[in-house]
Amino acid sequence: MNTWRTLAVALQALTRNLTRSLLTVLGVIIGVAAVIAMVSLGEGAKAKVAKTFESMGTDMLTVFSGSSFAGGARGGAGSQPTLTWDDLGAIRAMENVSMAAPQLSSQGQLVSPTANWNSRVTGTTPEWFHIRNWSLASGRFFEAADEAGGRAVAVLGKTVSDALFGEGVDPVGQTVRVNRVPFQVVGLLASKGSSAFGMDNDDVIVVPATTFNRRISGGLSKYLQGVIVVQASSGQTDAVRADLSALLRTRHKLRDDAEDDFAVRDLADIAQAQQQSAQTITSLLAGVALVSLIVGGIGIMNIMLVSVTERTREIGLRMSVGATPSNVLMQFLLEAMTLSVLGGLIGIALGLGAGQVMAMKFGFPVAVRPDVVVLAVVVSAAVGIGFGLYPARKASLLEPIAALRYE
Amino acid sequence: MLLDASHLWKVYGEGDARVEALRDVCLSVEAGEFVAIMGPSGSGKSTLMNLLGCLDKPTRGTYRVEGEDVSRLSATDLAHRRNRTLGFVFQAFNLLPRTSALANVQLPMLYAGVPSKELERRARAALERVGLGDRLSHLPSELSGGQQQRVAIARAIVNRPKVILADEPTGNLDSKTSAQILELFQQLRDEGLTILYVTHEPDVAEYASRLVVVKDGRIAQDGPQTPKQAGPGVAA
Repeated sequence: MNTWRTLAVALQALTRNLTRSLLTVLGVIIGVAAVIAMVSLGEGAKAKVAKTFESMGTDMLTVFSGSSFAGGARGGAGSQPTLTWDDLGAIRAMENVSMAAPQLSSQGQLVSPTANWNSRVTGTTPEWFHIRNWSLASGRFFEAADEAGGRAVAVLGKTVSDALFGEGVDPVGQTVRVNRVPFQVVGLLASKGSSAFGMDNDDVIVVPATTFNRRISGGLSKYLQGVIVVQASSGQTDAVRADLSALLRTRHKLRDDAEDDFAVRDLADIAQAQQQSAQTITSLLAGVALVSLIVGGIGIMNIMLVSVTERTREIGLRMSVGATPSNVLMQFLLEAMTLSVLGGLIGIALGLGAGQVMAMKFGFPVAVRPDVVVLAVVVSAAVGIGFGLYPARKASLLEPIAALRYE
Repeated sequence: MLLDASHLWKVYGEGDARVEALRDVCLSVEAGEFVAIMGPSGSGKSTLMNLLGCLDKPTRGTYRVEGEDVSRLSATDLAHRRNRTLGFVFQAFNLLPRTSALANVQLPMLYAGVPSKELERRARAALERVGLGDRLSHLPSELSGGQQQRVAIARAIVNRPKVILADEPTGNLDSKTSAQILELFQQLRDEGLTILYVTHEPDVAEYASRLVVVKDGRIAQDGPQTPKQAGPGVAA
């Protein structure tokens, strides 16, 4: 008897007990659906983390000045200015660097006609807005001409604008005094919320670097009093990082045995750590779901055992009309496998649907892993074979005469 | 010789629980015979039937079907033997529930590897042969006892076996229906089949042309008899 015919016999037996077959399948459906939905959810969370870091700029590198060394005490990063404006120019000319901008910082007291506020003042060039993924709520970014001319223009973060001009008021066109120097507000940044480290990204006022140097924090002419943010071409962060080190070592004329007088940091490490924690959660969820799949398999075994007992006379009859022990074994095995694979397929559909719904609810991107879908089918078939084998073998070992007489 | 049992013993249990169901039974059946095996319950007639039907193996002795010694065959080979040479009819009909008459009759052919396109045609022909050509898609629960037994007979003959073995085929039927079934057997015998059936009722045994009486595990009587003829007006 060939497999197709055995399968037809198995299907016939299953449809003869349709309600029971469906209830048995339910266990596997839930198991597989849980695995798929949980993995999709975990993958979605992972994708969301990745996206969050993208908005912070995963391809972004920050170059710090070196640390000071005086009387045996070392200062922190940037305590000794070593980066020059010429370094910035050289970095901008590098291969795989799409943009670079200075980022000069100081605290400043901001005064509007009605209020005052202390905030972080950033001096930079127009590229900075793109590297840092800012967008505008109103007005404009300052431009190269503003920077070159050293004009007193400023772009406000939402927190600063709200503090100085009131909640929801458009500050464009107003004047704000920074350390008593009047700046004209030309733009308002769209809110970014707080950073991954709990800092308020919107508590910021951005002015052209030249204006910053001249009017707010008088810097040395040659050295750049801050950091350089670098936007690498997509996926080239590691290469740019290495090239940056080589370039700056050459430019700073460091000997081979000398330490770097600068530091390069990127966000990849943080991003990786976040991805890993999301991965752990995915594995955990999948593990729990897998347990429910095994429970579903035990349900199949239970029903198959009941079925073998209940159908002992049928087995006896089949044997008396010529079914060999292996025919009987195959029939019951295929019945169990049909149940589990059918449950697997329905479970996949259900799991994908549930994953879709949850992704929408939690605002995750939908992420389906084809390998997990394939795995779910394989596992559910294996569950059918694994848990169907014992009942099927029990059936095949029945003595025809004893089976026929069974009451 | 179609069936040839010589010195068959069937012993169950050991020690005090030892039961000798068959003791040194010899029985030969030629092709085309119509044999009734009669005896009181517990006489060993069903045990003998199971051995003749290759459903069970003797404790001692040899049993040949078409010259082949089947008493030492494996379970798989016995299954093939049952499938091709023998057809069974049971007291309780043993049809698959919730399965049409047509599908029930197809069952032995599934295990014989009959091509799919022939399954329905042959099952239909077998059902027509037993007079159920108009009941093909009926379920067993929609058929009377006599009709169910006819489906079982159709199932027994569909694989074109040489021998029909029937264990108390009329045990669950009233006397009129019983007569119809036995007359159907007579017709099948006339068409060349060999038929053996077990019964404990003397008037049922009267239809056969040879009577074997089993008592206490031994054959007490074995000889030809004049079979009771089919009455007029009986559908077949």
